[in-house]
Amino acid sequence: MSEGMALLTIFVMAVFVGFEVVSKVSTILHTPLMSGANAIHGVILVGAILVAGHADNAIELWLGLFAIVLATVNMVGGFVVTDRMLEMFKGKKPGARASAGSDK
Amino acid sequence: MSANAVSLAYLVAAVAFILALKGLSSPPSARNGNMIGAIGALIAVIVVLISGNLSHVWMIYVAMLIGVVPGVWAARRVKMTAIPQLVALFNGVGGGAAAVVALAEFLKSGHTDPVGSLVATVFSILIGSVSFAGSAVTFAKLQELMTTRPVVLPGGKYVSALVAVATLAAAIAVLPTGNTALVVALLALSLVLGVLFVLPVGGADVPIVISLLNAFTGLTVAASGYLLNNTLLIVAGTLVGASGTILTRLMAQAMGRSVVSILFGAFTAKASTAGGPSEARPVRSAGPEDIAILLAYAHKVIIVPGYGLAVAQAQHTVRELADLLASRGVTVEYAIHPVAGRMPGHMNVLLAEANVPYEQLKEMDEVNGEFASTDVAVVIGANDVVNPAARTDPSAPIYGMPILNVDQATNIVFMKRSMRPGFAGIENELLYDPKTTLLFGDAKDSLTKVVGAIKNM
Repeated sequence: MSEGMALLTIFVMAVFVGFEVVSKVSTILHTPLMSGANAIHGVILVGAILVAGHADNAIELWLGLFAIVLATVNMVGGFVVTDRMLEMFKGKKPGARASAGSDK
Repeated sequence: MSANAVSLAYLVAAVAFILALKGLSSPPSARNGNMIGAIGALIAVIVVLISGNLSHVWMIYVAMLIGVVPGVWAARRVKMTAIPQLVALFNGVGGGAAAVVALAEFLKSGHTDPVGSLVATVFSILIGSVSFAGSAVTFAKLQELMTTRPVVLPGGKYVSALVAVATLAAAIAVLPTGNTALVVALLALSLVLGVLFVLPVGGADVPIVISLLNAFTGLTVAASGYLLNNTLLIVAGTLVGASGTILTRLMAQAMGRSVVSILFGAFTAKASTAGGPSEARPVRSAGPEDIAILLAYAHKVIIVPGYGLAVAQAQHTVRELADLLASRGVTVEYAIHPVAGRMPGHMNVLLAEANVPYEQLKEMDEVNGEFASTDVAVVIGANDVVNPAARTDPSAPIYGMPILNVDQATNIVFMKRSMRPGFAGIENELLYDPKTTLLFGDAKDSLTKVVGAIKNM
């Protein structure tokens, strides 16, 4: 299997996992879920670090560093704000949780 | 670290992201899910920092620090009502980062790249820029830096189509040539396209667009991962792209709309509302004291909070009212429409912030049977979610959206700023119903006055 095919395989599998994993979500979690998924794509920070760390000239370096700043805001801010949202739901009674979890 | 160790660490991070999304899909595990996602991201960043054989390490640390400070500050300090625009902002910078990564990678090796990599480059720059510029416009709309109404430029349909075609042409032209000037042109055109894409979307539909752009950014990250040969970015980006697409559809369903009609509806909509509000029909309005009497002597009150409540930041005042009524022996419940507030589920977060007991929050299916036995339904800053036109008028844009059966209550109180129709832009017959009483004014002011009047009784 060529490298390209391997990456394509991973891509297609990930599509199906992505579809499956959120197919049933109660409406009250739509906002936190969106925000959490938003934080996850902040992992582009890894790509930005690689680009900056392997830059051959000043333009690449500055573009990489700029991407690092943006990606860090996305990742760190995303996880923190999602946690703040979900903090509101903590400490509820189990009965209330069950009703909150019912699909609309 | 050996290459295998790095791959293994990336695998752990990828599994963490899957578990995070899974956890976020159900209330009891949501917070842990988010934490697992954050740990996965942390692992990935640490691994790349120690294994990447990097130069310019100190500059990288400084850049990360520059990102962490405003990110955490904004996330901690933002008001709960402003969360949607912050999510839009975070999404936009993520899309921008992915596009910049693709651009830098292209400058490094693009001219010699095989076509496959150029496709990924073009995709990443195009969609990343659309996501960045689009998110900036959604931010401006939600922050009310600009009008929340759909903006259709003169000939907007043609301008948008023209820019879309030009963008596509630039994208295709890059593939055989690998020309740097064309790539820069593509970047600029994509930014314009992103703005034009979001302008015609109305305020109430903006959350759907944020969700869609979120999915876009995910796919951009996946494409950048392909460029960098990094499996973790491919998996994480694709997961977000796929789950974001599903989530967008779920949200649109909750509003009884299709994603296509939300994105392009403004181009085809007839100006059906223009004549409506000007026609003067009698409504019954009352002062806070009258409302106070109505509420204080009721047996059962259902509060229907909406957008206006969120805007006025009246969630604490509404809880005060509910507590006051409860202390007088009135049964008080909240009816939460799935799309109440600025985002689906937003109202639950706002009321939870105001410490409203969870068992008083009723979802639509649960509460709809109860309106018939309710003395007073208090609609605060909501409109479209209680508009019977969704049931009766097939020409209404919200036709088919499930609504709260407020019209079955014995008395209806509307707290509204004005007679302006809701975001869907349609008249609400319920306002003219004989059992309806209106209290005009800012939701918070009105509630404070009603609370004061009840206390004086």
